[in-house]
Amino acid sequence: MGKLNGTPYRVVTGPEGLLPPAATIMGVPLPEEGEGLVEGGIVTEAEALEKAAIAMLTRKNATLFPGPLVLWGWNDHTNEKAKYFFDVADEIPGVRIIPMPDYRPIYPKIDPEAVINPCHPNLTISHNKIEACVFIGVHCHYASITLKMIRAGTNCFTIALCAEAGHEDAMVSVPNFDIEKLILFKEALIKVKKNGIKPLYEGKGIVPTGWSQIAALKGEIPIKPEDELVEAGTGAFSSELETGLDDTAE
Amino acid sequence: MSLKTIEAAPGFKDYLPQEYKDLIDDGPFLKQRKVSELGSFKEAIEEHPMCSGCAMTLFIRLVYVGLPSIENTVICGTAGCGRLAISQGAVPFVYGNYGDTNAVATGIKRGLDIRFKEQNKDVVVMAGDGGLADIGFHAVMHSWFRKEKFTTIMLDNEVYGNTGGQDSGMTQKGMVMKMAPTGKKFEKMDMLGLAKTAGVAYTARLAPTNPTRVANTVRKAVLIAREVGPTFIQAYTSCNIEYAIPTPKVMDDARAVEKDRYQFVEYFSDEAKAYWDDSEKERKRLRKAAKQSG
Ligand SMILES: Cc1ncc(C[n+]2csc(CCOP(=O)(O)OP(=O)(O)O)c2C)c(N)n1
Ligand code: SF4
Repeated sequence: MGKLNGTPYRVVTGPEGLLPPAATIMGVPLPEEGEGLVEGGIVTEAEALEKAAIAMLTRKNATLFPGPLVLWGWNDHTNEKAKYFFDVADEIPGVRIIPMPDYRPIYPKIDPEAVINPCHPNLTISHNKIEACVFIGVHCHYASITLKMIRAGTNCFTIALCAEAGHEDAMVSVPNFDIEKLILFKEALIKVKKNGIKPLYEGKGIVPTGWSQIAALKGEIPIKPEDELVEAGTGAFSSELETGLDDTAE
Repeated sequence: MSLKTIEAAPGFKDYLPQEYKDLIDDGPFLKQRKVSELGSFKEAIEEHPMCSGCAMTLFIRLVYVGLPSIENTVICGTAGCGRLAISQGAVPFVYGNYGDTNAVATGIKRGLDIRFKEQNKDVVVMAGDGGLADIGFHAVMHSWFRKEKFTTIMLDNEVYGNTGGQDSGMTQKGMVMKMAPTGKKFEKMDMLGLAKTAGVAYTARLAPTNPTRVANTVRKAVLIAREVGPTFIQAYTSCNIEYAIPTPKVMDDARAVEKDRYQFVEYFSDEAKAYWDDSEKERKRLRKAAKQSG
């Protein structure tokens, strides 16, 4: 647990209020290999994974947020890792998968059922009433600010499974999170269930979210719902299209 | 870097929002799109929070079409209206501090050249007239003097639009604005002349009245920057808010200003001209060969 000037600081679910301090400034250290962080204190990796597993199984609307480092097939490693990611999802009844495909700020309107954005992650968390989530494959500099924003404004239990050094601003974090550790996380989920933890959404599979994901998983053609449609003349570039694009070849 | 960044890892595609699926299936990557194809493919930019009808947004949209290798491009911008749209594009965008763009772009370009020796990586600065001709002036000029190989595009709305109407060096003399109530005191800066003096390889001035010309000019500037040296495009992108141009009249204004004082001009250095003529010949030869082979 972090301690600054003798004051203990615990990284717990919020809402902590606008601008919570960065946990590192409050003295929270980063875990070493084989260790994990739980609420700002160093524990063993196994303990951290169990704590994460219990939160994902028992808190409302648990959600996995895959970031760009895992969801784009940019190298053989990510292509291989994908399977293990879905193995973990299969062990969490009623889990949602909401991607963070990139870090664009996404204006003017975000679809909080379809996507999470590091610049305003609280919109997705609050809209879907998410009370536990896992970030995986998000670049560190974005994860840090995102985790702080979530702690500031929501009661979501954040878990950062980080390929690098781990994240002090999450309630649970494990560093060097590779395929081997994804397997360990899956095993932790199985173990805590075996030891009596009853999943909140027992018997449910992955819950599709957002109109295009729902359609894709049902194998249907995605049709944008009417309330998502942009009224003619008010959408992007509408006025310049109104005047007509003069496509005079040079 | 692998171009597989534009493919989802196994199993993930179904979970992506529709616009990303569209970018994967029918985006602008790995092929040169044409202006005449607009509306038939998924563009790099879909929505933006800029004022309705702002000519700058139309120009930015056309820049994305013109980029010769959009998947290998990094755009560098800064404070000002343009970044509100540019940051929404499906092209890496680096936000330099106001005034720093051309220093930041220098670092990015040099870094990319070291990291990707076998591959062209294009860097394009796109920022306002205040950002480039006033506060970023020193960085712009020195990147030109140093012959840094990237393109600078000035979104010249002749005002500080984003902060409510201060005059910039690019504002016309005498212009009275919300926050320049006694009128602009000196002539519009001659950035084209300065570019020429600084040895810029290719310079162009244009208004967004002819979309194909915009895309072609951007393509030309980026290709010349890749091979020869710095390039500069100064584009009239009116601010309908600060200049009180009714939204449906934005293009009428662009045509009138173009006719009056913003005609299309381009200038090549000798080296750039030789390179461009050779590469045009080569492209013609390849097109002919492709036609002949069926
Ligand atoms: C160092 C610094 N100084 C001032 C500002 C405030 N600022 C933000 S946008 C802007 C004006 C932008 O004008 P311009 O570059 O012409 O772009 P436009 O908004 O007109 O497209 C200013 C002064 C800033 N962000 N940073
Ligand atoms: S203030 Fe002017 S330049 Fe900025 S978005 Fe609005 S119309 Fe465009």
